[in-house]
Amino acid sequence: MDNLITTVDWSRWQFAMTAIYHWLFVPLTLGLSVIVAIMETISYRKKSAEWLRITKFWMTLLAINFAIGVATGIILEFEFGTNWSNYSWFVGDIFGAPLAIEGILAFFMEATFGAVMFFGWGKVSERFHLASTWLTAIGASISALWILVANSWMQYPVGMEFDPAQMRNVMDDFWALFSPVAINKFFHAVLSGWALAGAFVIAVSSYFLWKGSNREFAIRSIKVGAWTGLAGLLLTMYTGDGSAVEVTKTQPMKLAAMEGLYEGHAPQSLVAVGVVNPDKKWNNDEPEYLFDISLPYGLSILARHDYNAFVPGIKNIIEGVDVNEAGDTIYTVSYAERIARGKTAQEALKNYGIAMEQHDTVAMNKALTALEADYPYFGYGYFNNVEEAIPPVALTFYSFRVMVILGSFFLLFFIACLVWVYKSEDTFSKARWMQLISMIALPLMYLCSQSGWIVAEVGRQPWTVQDLLPVGAAISNIPSSSVIVTFWMFAVIFTLLLIAEVGIMVHWINKGVKQSL
Amino acid sequence: MSNFWRNTYEMYRDGFRNMTVGRYLWAIIIVKLLIMFLVLKLFFFPNILERDYATEAERAEAVRDALTGD
Repeated sequence: MDNLITTVDWSRWQFAMTAIYHWLFVPLTLGLSVIVAIMETISYRKKSAEWLRITKFWMTLLAINFAIGVATGIILEFEFGTNWSNYSWFVGDIFGAPLAIEGILAFFMEATFGAVMFFGWGKVSERFHLASTWLTAIGASISALWILVANSWMQYPVGMEFDPAQMRNVMDDFWALFSPVAINKFFHAVLSGWALAGAFVIAVSSYFLWKGSNREFAIRSIKVGAWTGLAGLLLTMYTGDGSAVEVTKTQPMKLAAMEGLYEGHAPQSLVAVGVVNPDKKWNNDEPEYLFDISLPYGLSILARHDYNAFVPGIKNIIEGVDVNEAGDTIYTVSYAERIARGKTAQEALKNYGIAMEQHDTVAMNKALTALEADYPYFGYGYFNNVEEAIPPVALTFYSFRVMVILGSFFLLFFIACLVWVYKSEDTFSKARWMQLISMIALPLMYLCSQSGWIVAEVGRQPWTVQDLLPVGAAISNIPSSSVIVTFWMFAVIFTLLLIAEVGIMVHWINKGVKQSL
Repeated sequence: MSNFWRNTYEMYRDGFRNMTVGRYLWAIIIVKLLIMFLVLKLFFFPNILERDYATEAERAEAVRDALTGD
């Protein structure tokens, strides 16, 4: 059992590290490809040689990011087969189909139109080149769509039926995969890439201004970066609101963890800043926060779009208590009952396997009926007490606040950049403190982006597939030592890739600083 | 049609020939993919179920046993 725990822990750390590294490259590709397409569109419409040079400079940085980041996500698929083999088998074609489509689309769209975008200058018509640049950007987003659809299914498993003979969830409704959870997640993640790329363009352009080089190039780039960043951020906030509503419906425990909320109220305030009490348990009387500044009605509005609505806390969810729109207390399925029904479902699955071996169809049907009745709670059967079903509250709580606070900062930042640069390009280009803030803002934007994923993925723990398969059951029966070895191999490889990316980018940016763009 | 293929070929050929920063990028991509597929995937990341069980039925049974605690 000790070995299993360390294997689970190391596998989780490995997956988290790989995903975090992968997400360093992806959002910049998603956003910068759009920014480059916008710049090329301006160049095409204005027949401007200056805008063409600007486009080509940023396209080179896009190429660097794309080349270094490409295929880093495949490592995650390696890990599925080795570290998470039970999970891989259990999710069957539901996870496989979107990933296969992603692979094909990524290859054909990005390889074909990406090649025209990078190699096609002067070889194809300007109009076709521009179309290829846009199609590369759209292709990158469509690739992300399938990954995010697969991820959303793990958080909200729909459109499938469990086949105990195959031991797989079999897809029976492909279109159900495009649930509101998936649609919100797709736009939230992809559009956050626009905001990140906007911050990237502003930071690099500010470096040019800092060095006193290529002022016109920097100002024009900042305008496009700030507009794209602002549009991306506003839409990210809008879809984030949609995600919060969906999380309330489908993963209320995650929402409670995001808020560090143990006992809900109607109306429920939202903690703007606070410190969670590490001694707080779901069943003790300790205060939830050591310190907090809360916005009245905030969580009711965020979660249920009703300023007076009840929002359940961790204790309420565990006890199966909620309040409906009419204000009446209603009882959902308590976690104690979920655990009991999960164990019943697992026993039924075991009996199904025995009956199958004996070719006893009557017993198989009986076991199948029992399994189907309690299958929605299947995963809870792995827990011995309700506490095991609570995600890490502190990490989820703080990550959520880092994301929101930094997101709010960037809203002001993009607006400030736009107002200032349109009001007076001259004073903007001479304000070194603003250039310094712009450069410091870039790592903060990456922190904001990563925090969003930490909220999404840590907040859904302990599940790999919501309600059906916790991490402890999803893991392969492999020694922890093999995971530890590959963990450090990845740490070294990804760090080298990151150093290469930053090194080549800095080299290219400095080259740009020294020449006339 | 033959013009299309010739133009496509020339676009790729000239594109690769005229690369500047791209040469380093391609080197990184190739080394990365070689490490990923010829080292990591081959020696460190087998598909456990495919490696340990010959048929789909055996794999399903292994997962059933794992998930039901047998």
